Amino acid sequence: MKKIYLDHNATTPLDPRVLEAMLPYYKDIFGNASSVHEFGRQARKAIDEARVKVARLLGAKDPDEIVFTSSGTESDNFAIKGAAHSLKSKGAHIITSSIEHHAVLNTCKFLEKVGFQVTYAPVDKYGVVDIEAIKKAVTEKTILITIMFANNEVGTIEPISEIAAFARQKGILFHTDAVQALGKVPIDAARLGADLISVSAHKLYGPKGTGALYIRKGVKLTPLLHGGHHEKNRRASTENVAGIVGFGKAAELAVANMKQETRDIEELRRTLEKGITTGIKCAFLNGHSTNRLCNTANISFEYLEGEGIILSLDMEGIAVSTGSACTSGSLEPSHVLTAMGIDPVKTQGSIRFSLGKDNTREDIDYVLKVLPPIIERLRKMSPLYHE
Amino acid sequence: MDGQYSEKVMDHFKNPRNVGDMPDADGVGHVGNPTCGDIMELYLKVRDGIIVDAKFKTFGCGAAIATSSMVTELVKGKTVHEALKISNRAVAEALGGLPPIKMHCSLLAEQALKSAIDDYFKRNPSLH
Repeated sequence: MKKIYLDHNATTPLDPRVLEAMLPYYKDIFGNASSVHEFGRQARKAIDEARVKVARLLGAKDPDEIVFTSSGTESDNFAIKGAAHSLKSKGAHIITSSIEHHAVLNTCKFLEKVGFQVTYAPVDKYGVVDIEAIKKAVTEKTILITIMFANNEVGTIEPISEIAAFARQKGILFHTDAVQALGKVPIDAARLGADLISVSAHKLYGPKGTGALYIRKGVKLTPLLHGGHHEKNRRASTENVAGIVGFGKAAELAVANMKQETRDIEELRRTLEKGITTGIKCAFLNGHSTNRLCNTANISFEYLEGEGIILSLDMEGIAVSTGSACTSGSLEPSHVLTAMGIDPVKTQGSIRFSLGKDNTREDIDYVLKVLPPIIERLRKMSPLYHE
Repeated sequence: MDGQYSEKVMDHFKNPRNVGDMPDADGVGHVGNPTCGDIMELYLKVRDGIIVDAKFKTFGCGAAIATSSMVTELVKGKTVHEALKISNRAVAEALGGLPPIKMHCSLLAEQALKSAIDDYFKRNPSLH
């Protein structure tokens, strides 16, 4: 059976060129990058080169502003807890949004338990964070504003430049979780004026288990991991050399190909979106209509619960996901759609299609062929649906 | 999620038995609410105290659809008093088990059945 992967916001396949670049570091070049001898020096050189490539993709002025971590989640934890610890004496108030990834939300909730105050700024019905609410929430105790670059469930791109400029003007540290944006939207860290940016390799055809945190020069964070002198004393742990090399290669490929790839992906997404919303009754798009990640279409199918759709598409070889209940092992409806004020009944039937560079027009045509009968079959079972 | 479902659950999800309305039902059960993501409607046809037909409509996940389908199969041919004894565990077991997080779906199926039989008794007080 044909397999069609439309869940790239969950993770992407490893690009064969990335794997190729990584393999030597699992075989002959196995040294510890901290070692003085030739084995170690080779590993160190590879990490330094990868750092330059990731810095270039992020628009960092100095490669030393990049600290490699184990994941986007670790980067978020490092940024938020690190800022909270190092600025505790100045204040204990943090501002974030209600639609952040759980790596940010649950880190903030943890900090609330240990004495910090957190304001969760609301979003509008398109998932755009309310800047005025952020401005109003600021007090002299505010030490950090953390707002995601683009939302993983609905794809809405946030007004990050504006928020970063405001934070800078107020002298407040600004962090953005750009895990979902990297490789899909140009990011220019130096121009953006963000102090901290979390990213992850596996969202842009790199390996799992490798992330990075951009830390603007001059910003001091308390480390999450204490130990050796790795990453200039900012993150102790023997470096995951192969993973870092893979991240570097993925970043290099993104710099070279992003412009064309994102254009192609966006065209496919539009075709998919249009096909679904015109071909299926009572199906509507969640998220911002234009200011959105090129690859993400979150669509609610009224009168249905999402899992049935996912299972049925899976049987046809199509992989998608839901922002709603059930599948993620949680029975709560999506916190993102809820924050956007979407009717709770409609959030139940929301499906996230997230495209990638290897999807083709044939893939999309196939989805548009098999989806309508699936929706019809499930709706016939639904007591909420009346033709 | 797929991996957590037994073959029986997937079979009843793919080919649910007894889907549909029953305009002349003798007992109708309606449980759940859409905000929680589960609604089950169960219709029973009863002759001489025996359930001769059952139909359902369900808004919910794969497990909710499969448990609805299974409960309609289990009740057919049973007396209403026998059917009252069908527990959520019996429904789950008949499906080869359910993932722990989905056990509430079987509870909903049991409640839908009880609610349909209650409705039948309300309509036929002398048979209670």
